[in-house]
Amino acid sequence: MSEQTTNPIEVSGLVKTFGRTRALDGLDLSVRTGEVHGFLGPNGAGKSTTIRILLGLLRADAGSARLLGGDPWRDAVRLHRRIAYVPGDVDLWPNLTGGQAIDLLARLRGGLDRARRDDLCDRFDLDTSKKGRTYSKGNRQKVALVSALASDAELLILDEPTAGLDPLMEAVFQECIFEAKAAGRTVLLSSHILAQVEKLCDRVSIIRLGRIVESGALDRMRHLTRTTIEAETARPPAGLDGLPGVHNVRSEDGRVRFDVDGEHLGAAVHRLAEFDIRGLVSQPPTLEQLFLRHYGEELAENGVPVEQAADGDAARDGGEK
Amino acid sequence: MAAATEAPAAAALRGDSTLTGTGTLVRFMLRRDRIRIPVWILALTLSTLMTASNLRTTYATAEGRQSRAALVDSPAGIAFSGPGYGLDDYTYGAMLANEVLGFVAIFVALMSVLLFTRHTRTEEEAGRAELIRASVLGRHAPITAALIVVGGANVGLGALMTLALGGSGIETVTWPGSLLFGASLTAVGLFFTAVAAFTAQVTEYGRGAAGMAGAAIGVAYALRAVGDIGDGALSWLSPIGWAQATKVYVDDRWWPLALAVVGAAALLAIAFAVTTRRDVGAGLMPPRPGPRTASPFLSTPLGSALRLQRAGLLWWSVSMAALGAVYGAFAGDVQDAVGGNETIQEWVQTVPGSDLTERFLGVIMAMLATVCGIYAVLALQKPRGEETAGRAEPVLAAAVSRTRWLTGHLVVALAGSVVVLLLSGLGVGVTAAFSAGDAGLLYAMPGAALAYVPAVWVTAGAAVALFGLAPRAIGLAWAVVVYAVVVTMFGGLLQFPGWMNDLSPFGHVPQLPGAGMSWPPLLILTAIAAALTAVGLAAFRRRDLTLH
Repeated sequence: MSEQTTNPIEVSGLVKTFGRTRALDGLDLSVRTGEVHGFLGPNGAGKSTTIRILLGLLRADAGSARLLGGDPWRDAVRLHRRIAYVPGDVDLWPNLTGGQAIDLLARLRGGLDRARRDDLCDRFDLDTSKKGRTYSKGNRQKVALVSALASDAELLILDEPTAGLDPLMEAVFQECIFEAKAAGRTVLLSSHILAQVEKLCDRVSIIRLGRIVESGALDRMRHLTRTTIEAETARPPAGLDGLPGVHNVRSEDGRVRFDVDGEHLGAAVHRLAEFDIRGLVSQPPTLEQLFLRHYGEELAENGVPVEQAADGDAARDGGEK
Repeated sequence: MAAATEAPAAAALRGDSTLTGTGTLVRFMLRRDRIRIPVWILALTLSTLMTASNLRTTYATAEGRQSRAALVDSPAGIAFSGPGYGLDDYTYGAMLANEVLGFVAIFVALMSVLLFTRHTRTEEEAGRAELIRASVLGRHAPITAALIVVGGANVGLGALMTLALGGSGIETVTWPGSLLFGASLTAVGLFFTAVAAFTAQVTEYGRGAAGMAGAAIGVAYALRAVGDIGDGALSWLSPIGWAQATKVYVDDRWWPLALAVVGAAALLAIAFAVTTRRDVGAGLMPPRPGPRTASPFLSTPLGSALRLQRAGLLWWSVSMAALGAVYGAFAGDVQDAVGGNETIQEWVQTVPGSDLTERFLGVIMAMLATVCGIYAVLALQKPRGEETAGRAEPVLAAAVSRTRWLTGHLVVALAGSVVVLLLSGLGVGVTAAFSAGDAGLLYAMPGAALAYVPAVWVTAGAAVALFGLAPRAIGLAWAVVVYAVVVTMFGGLLQFPGWMNDLSPFGHVPQLPGAGMSWPPLLILTAIAAALTAVGLAAFRRRDLTLH
């Protein structure tokens, strides 16, 4: 009963080393009941290692991890009845059909809803009579997804579940996640498809080098970070550069464009008003910009200017809206 | 139309043909196999050379060699090794021709099949061939390149074998004979390269292609065994029989090798024709659809383990029963064939109250039992394979404990080895009962087989313990079974010291029906097997899963 009040996933100070590599370096993560939680980070940041510790497949070196109120290593079997997992790279048994693999995995977990299974196979357009060795990557992924989604698990742990799916199937997947959420299930969605996370997730945690560098509700995170302002003024604005929290000022043909930190937004707009605003577009930061803020160093090392990378995408998004 | 007629001309000018890119592919394959091919060639050459020099030290006298000839001249000896040329004057060369050439030929065939399949069908199955075929590459280039590489490996092996044996300085192992010995191996290798080229067209799966070609090797060995015992006609259908028909070091006949060359050319012609007519990735046999749902039993750890190991268990059951039946058939001939031999009589008298037939069957059963140990180790490689391939991960992420998952595979391996043992004993029993005219053997032989259950389980236990404690070193389990096979098969022949026999779990089992039953060693072996298994299960619960 006490499990009702605790978070489905509660991790603190998690450390895992492989030889000399420190895959997790004091990771904290909490996922609340009923939310879709985005777990963001590039390859090698430690997402899969975290998930595999939560599944009791790896043992943590230090720190604590609680899954549905239990110990993921000790209570693995009991806990696994209540969760469903989809790995990012699904390998199927070459001589079993997709249908057999779905049933096998679901029944080992404790059973599946036959009607929902067949419905999901239809929606994902999956031929269940083909042998595992003949499936493409996308189809192998569908097998794992159908098996997980057809179960009654209260927590879904999805590790880059849509790698290899086409856009149509991606849409079906998003629909399924909304349904799961409506049914009161909790979802941990590890991904690096930012548009997907932006659309599906209530809260996100960004992982970098084995630590969480940012965690919280997406709306709030946006608020705290830079907004892009594009304004048309009667007179060319001056002195914006000198304002605190204002970056990347560029102006042409009476239009000005700049980024401003959340807490200085008011001052910047106030200053802009002095030049007689004719048009104003304010754009909250995209998840991509949030993400790149934490990974600026790596990009810079690889020779990609961060502001440009973020700007380019912001402009594209703006164009679509 | 004009364009269509011009295109081939333009292609010819640029040097484009169905073989374009073969050279690049050959270099690529050699690069991938730069360790594999030399290891095969060196291992086969060195083991042949060592066997040859062992023969010289073991049979230093003419009397010794003639007593060996008497052993080989029995139905069992003929079935096991070769037709028996030059037995009147059994020289070292004749020994190599009769007892060694056939076995080396099997391994050369195996090398050819594995290498060829690896570069052709396995590449297609994995989808890598698609990438390669999408580049500038002629339709015949992949199969031609594989043929050049594997054919070249066979020629290289034949040449090195010639040099090694010719230069060994063993009397009667002449240079012309050694050249023929090497050429015979090359011919058998080329023939089975062609067989693999054919089977690679038939099925979509690399394992299936290699399996079919491997079965052809088994058929070739069986045909010559049956043929050599009979009138020899069937031996002429076997490529291994052709190699032995050269009577190398005795008569040095070259012409039987022409059969291998013609046969290989015919198979290759078919393979080349098919390879341009079929789709990349497709085989002649279309894959069949399977059931859309899983049965409730399949969805348990035991059920899925059994399903994954079903094909292997079935093949082992059939093969061991057949192998047992082949050996059992000699039970009636043993007394006549070697009963007069004094050494043999002394050996029989070491167990009071036994007769030669029973002692012979006891030795046969010991040999078959060690082969069943191979099955046990193979079956326990399966969970490790599932783990490293990443398929154990989703299963263990379901409500399945590690102990239950591993126990599923363990039950299949332990129960499966009982089945395989029992069937090999039954195979021996049925044919021995007819051949020796003793119906009691029908029950005695399966019973004798079951006495080896604890020894096979110790082998399995070693594999499980390694799986839990040091999964990367699970290959060491092979050491146990290979040691047992070698000591059991050659321990008596090469007169190994007693402690070497004691080190093998199989060495402690009473060789029924030729020896008295003795329970204590069986109980101790069972206890060791249980302890090893418990250690393996406990250690597996404590370690990280190997993930990729």
